[in-house]
Amino acid sequence: MPLLEATGVKKIFGKLTALDGAALTVGENEFHGLIGPNGSGKSTLMKCIAGAEVPTQGKVSFINTDITAFTPTERARAGMSLKFQITSVLPTLTLYDNILLALQAQSSLFDLVFSRTRGLLHDQVMTMLTQFRLADRAFDAAAALSHGQQQWLEIAMALAGKPKLLLLDEPTGGMSLEERRVTGELLQPIKKHCSLVIVEHDLDFIRDICDRLTVLDQGKVLASGTVSEIQANKAVQEIYLRRA
Amino acid sequence: MPKSMSVVREAIAGDEADDAMAERAVAEQVAAGRKVLPIVEGVVLVAALVAPLVLQDYLTVFATRVIILALFALSFDLVWGYAGIMSFGQALFFGSAGYGVALLARDLDITNIFLVLPAGTLIGLTFALLLGGFLLLGRHPSSVIFVSLGTLTGSYAADRLARGWYYLGGQNGIPSISSMTLGSYEFSEGPPFYYLVLGLLVVVYLLCRFLVRSQFGLALAGLRENEQRIAFFGYKTQHLKAIIFAIGGAVAGLAGSLYAFHEGFVWPNMVGVVVSTQVVLYVLFGGSGTLIGAVIGAVIVEGVSFWLSDNYREVWPIILGVLLLLVILFRPLGLISFVLGERERVGSFGGKSRKTGKEKRDAAP
Repeated sequence: MPLLEATGVKKIFGKLTALDGAALTVGENEFHGLIGPNGSGKSTLMKCIAGAEVPTQGKVSFINTDITAFTPTERARAGMSLKFQITSVLPTLTLYDNILLALQAQSSLFDLVFSRTRGLLHDQVMTMLTQFRLADRAFDAAAALSHGQQQWLEIAMALAGKPKLLLLDEPTGGMSLEERRVTGELLQPIKKHCSLVIVEHDLDFIRDICDRLTVLDQGKVLASGTVSEIQANKAVQEIYLRRA
Repeated sequence: MPKSMSVVREAIAGDEADDAMAERAVAEQVAAGRKVLPIVEGVVLVAALVAPLVLQDYLTVFATRVIILALFALSFDLVWGYAGIMSFGQALFFGSAGYGVALLARDLDITNIFLVLPAGTLIGLTFALLLGGFLLLGRHPSSVIFVSLGTLTGSYAADRLARGWYYLGGQNGIPSISSMTLGSYEFSEGPPFYYLVLGLLVVVYLLCRFLVRSQFGLALAGLRENEQRIAFFGYKTQHLKAIIFAIGGAVAGLAGSLYAFHEGFVWPNMVGVVVSTQVVLYVLFGGSGTLIGAVIGAVIVEGVSFWLSDNYREVWPIILGVLLLLVILFRPLGLISFVLGERERVGSFGGKSRKTGKEKRDAAP
């Protein structure tokens, strides 16, 4: 059984059909790239999977459960996490508190009120910060970070709850070449316990990191397969790779 | 507070120095002037303690009213300043508790402090749970506009209801409520009532501070800054909002019952839009998102109104209005932001020590 299976997903905004029967299948510990030209529906499909949008039609299953109508909170509790396209770290909080906020999401109300889990979570907070090369800035406000570092912080926050699936919407947007390379390095180790769906314009980045790709065009799946299969696909080359 | 912080600092400093980072963080916090808040709190407390000794009697009565309003301001600050829920109906909980205890005193002759204050608190809590449950507990998060209009409507409707209901005294409200009692002792206006109210304010203040500086407070900060984001972490954001809204209602209820007994009467305005707006102004003026800001805001707005109305009988509302506008325009974080930096305002959560167990518990304010 695949970890995530979205089938026949349709999303209509007024007169615009953003998704017209799109599908996506992601296995366990698989890095899956979602690519396609601008306006092909990548981000909309991502939002339908994440629960930020409700599909007009179609079904999304996650770990054998139909989650199409789940709220974001319910999806998170089922083991799904996401990083938004626009960074949404909490700028006034310290990096430490940003990660703690993500980690303590499942603590009981009693534990939160009496601050009973902070001590237990401390090591995990520092591990996440170290893993994402932010430990020396743990007690700075997140607003003081560079754009690239904010993206890393946000990925760290998204991973904090040990999700089974992480959705990344343009993780390298606005990053320098060096930062992109580091981002790839930072993501590699999570493969052991987590699958990934990435929407990304940087095709080199996608090629380096992903196992499989799905290509969307005008709300439909144009092709899906391993990276080399997609690279060899004539239709894809025509509509996408050449234009990019 | 300063004492516990220094204990923590020593605890960290004495920790084999294996963690340079934690030390650096503390050093930065000190360098950033982290101690402003306890100083402000201390100054306000000392001023409040000596006030009846230097004030004339009629001013002590006025000061008692102001302290009650400061307690009321805390309730709105919890809801808006900490959780980002815009309540334009906070007077609903304040006034309904006032009416509730007035009825207890009038119809059942119950004035014992240990009965009426819990009853008023409970009334505020219950009304807030009912209204909050309706406005906040949908399957999907409700918008700020929906919540502010909903609370405004609730407050307006309560005002109209009180005006039209003969049992509640209609337009005139309920006059000559008997004094609050403790055994045979009667709390009448003056220093004893003042110190009772001040004591309650300090207790509620400390409880609020415990709450907003806990890990629950961190969740509230997330709620305030980006509700959708923390829903994606798995927080039950609607529940969190309903809980803090209910706590705010309880504090408003406590303030309302004190107010009823202190003034000796309740009237429809007390549940209405005017008083609801007044508390918003206190908090915006003093500084939302800091507890002491709410207290200072209530004291200054009421104090300045009192002084202006004495000295500029005709034009004082205009002067006050301009002052409020200036502060809100140029100091959106309130007067407290003159002395308090952003970092200290946001603060940290769940104790300041990196250690677990006993030390951590000692560090919690």
